[in-house]
Amino acid sequence: MIDSEKNDETRRNFLRKLCYSAVLAFVSPSLVMRGKNKKIVEWIIGENYNPYDHYWSMGIDINKCIGCGRCAESCKIENNVPKEPFFFRTWVERYHIYKDGEVAIDSPNGAINGFSKVVSEKSLEKSFFVPKICNQCDHPPCVQVCPVGATFKSIDGVVLVDANYCIGCRYCIQACPYGARYIHPVTRSADKCTFCYHRIVKGKLPACVENCPTQARVFGEFKKKASPIERFRRMNKINVLKPALNTEPKVFYANLDMEVK
Amino acid sequence: MKNYWNSIPEQVKRISILLIVIVAAFIVIRANLVPKDFGELGHYRTSAIDEIIAQNLKYGGEILCSECHDDVAEKKASSFHKNVSCEVCHGPAADHADDPDSFTPTAPKDRDTCPICHEYLQSRPTGFPQIISVSHNPFKPCKSCHNAHDPTPPETPKECSACHKEIFSVKSLSHHAFVECKTCHKTKDNHRLSPREFIPEKPTSRNFCGQCHSDEIVNNDEIPKISMTEHEPKYVCWQCHYPHLPEAK
Repeated sequence: MIDSEKNDETRRNFLRKLCYSAVLAFVSPSLVMRGKNKKIVEWIIGENYNPYDHYWSMGIDINKCIGCGRCAESCKIENNVPKEPFFFRTWVERYHIYKDGEVAIDSPNGAINGFSKVVSEKSLEKSFFVPKICNQCDHPPCVQVCPVGATFKSIDGVVLVDANYCIGCRYCIQACPYGARYIHPVTRSADKCTFCYHRIVKGKLPACVENCPTQARVFGEFKKKASPIERFRRMNKINVLKPALNTEPKVFYANLDMEVK
Repeated sequence: MKNYWNSIPEQVKRISILLIVIVAAFIVIRANLVPKDFGELGHYRTSAIDEIIAQNLKYGGEILCSECHDDVAEKKASSFHKNVSCEVCHGPAADHADDPDSFTPTAPKDRDTCPICHEYLQSRPTGFPQIISVSHNPFKPCKSCHNAHDPTPPETPKECSACHKEIFSVKSLSHHAFVECKTCHKTKDNHRLSPREFIPEKPTSRNFCGQCHSDEIVNNDEIPKISMTEHEPKYVCWQCHYPHLPEAK
């Protein structure tokens, strides 16, 4: 009898402790998370921008692109990208598909100086422009390979580069299947499109979207009902570049030809 | 305890001391080298976000421009250029918005700027207004006829060739050179004012081409004739033959 009473007491104690630990287990992380959340809000422009409320993506309509290259030029101006024709955060490619199936792609100076007319003896099947940009993958291969954690996916889904922490090893340039990265010749660190992160946290559009004269580029929140991106995805037949790689790009193309690589 | 320490072989003692020193050094060095805010949100420095958003704006954005220049914004909002942001033509102007006196954006006055978008290229989408600048009023600045804030053509074009120059020049070399556009394309008058709302029609039946090309019709012998009942009766003619091309293939 005495033994069983003793056992009862320990069971009660055990259950009590179980309750305490359950409460602790659920409450403490949420307290910690709330603390973190608050801190990020303070980091980013006072109380006006909470990265947990956003998830950015872009839409590009091939049928609307006129190849004027204003996106590439405004990007270079906005982000101090070197003027030499090897460094681009965004650029426009021209595809010429001939009747015999040959595909010719060119992008003279990223389309900043415009395109000249192509003279060819072959008869042309079709021709169009394709704006290219960092695809801001949801599963970014460039982030996986960075040995120091200098490139990362931010809370709001944008893949960013920490230029002061980058060691310039170029693994990310090798890993990017879209050729969207380059080494900045001045800082010697990797550089790429940030969706103009300094603009979007202030409620402005990225420079390329702002300056696209035909609204071939659309920018907004991913999976939010009122977002222009959701309208874009609903109204168009959507594809992404290299879907087989499972990088899950957040740059969506409308009217994309199968020849586009 | 002392006995236990003494019982450990000398080489094991030395190597374990060395090991402890190495581990301690690693911990101290790592604590000093890894930035304090590394790993707070993920495998990166949190302050990197601060550094990235500290970048200065160069483009203010159209909303900012229209706060002061509301008259121009209003005019542009109802024109063909309603989607063209101010800074596409006037250049980056965030500095101008901060302090209007310190920096004034320029307006393009030459013939170089407009053709960036409006010069004819075969890759541009059909329906986008394009010119061939060598032959389009040479040496005349664009703005002498077109207001960039409301770029409606100065005169409503009378000829189809004013806009559809490429098709017109190809057709003029074809067998159909003397067939007028309107013979085949029924076009409402309003097409000239709002081209995309009133799209011209194409012939919908085989009999339309058959008016000249059926072997039952007696007319000029040079016109190729086919039997309307035997020659691919399932298709409308222009699904295979492109009548604007010289060979009409």
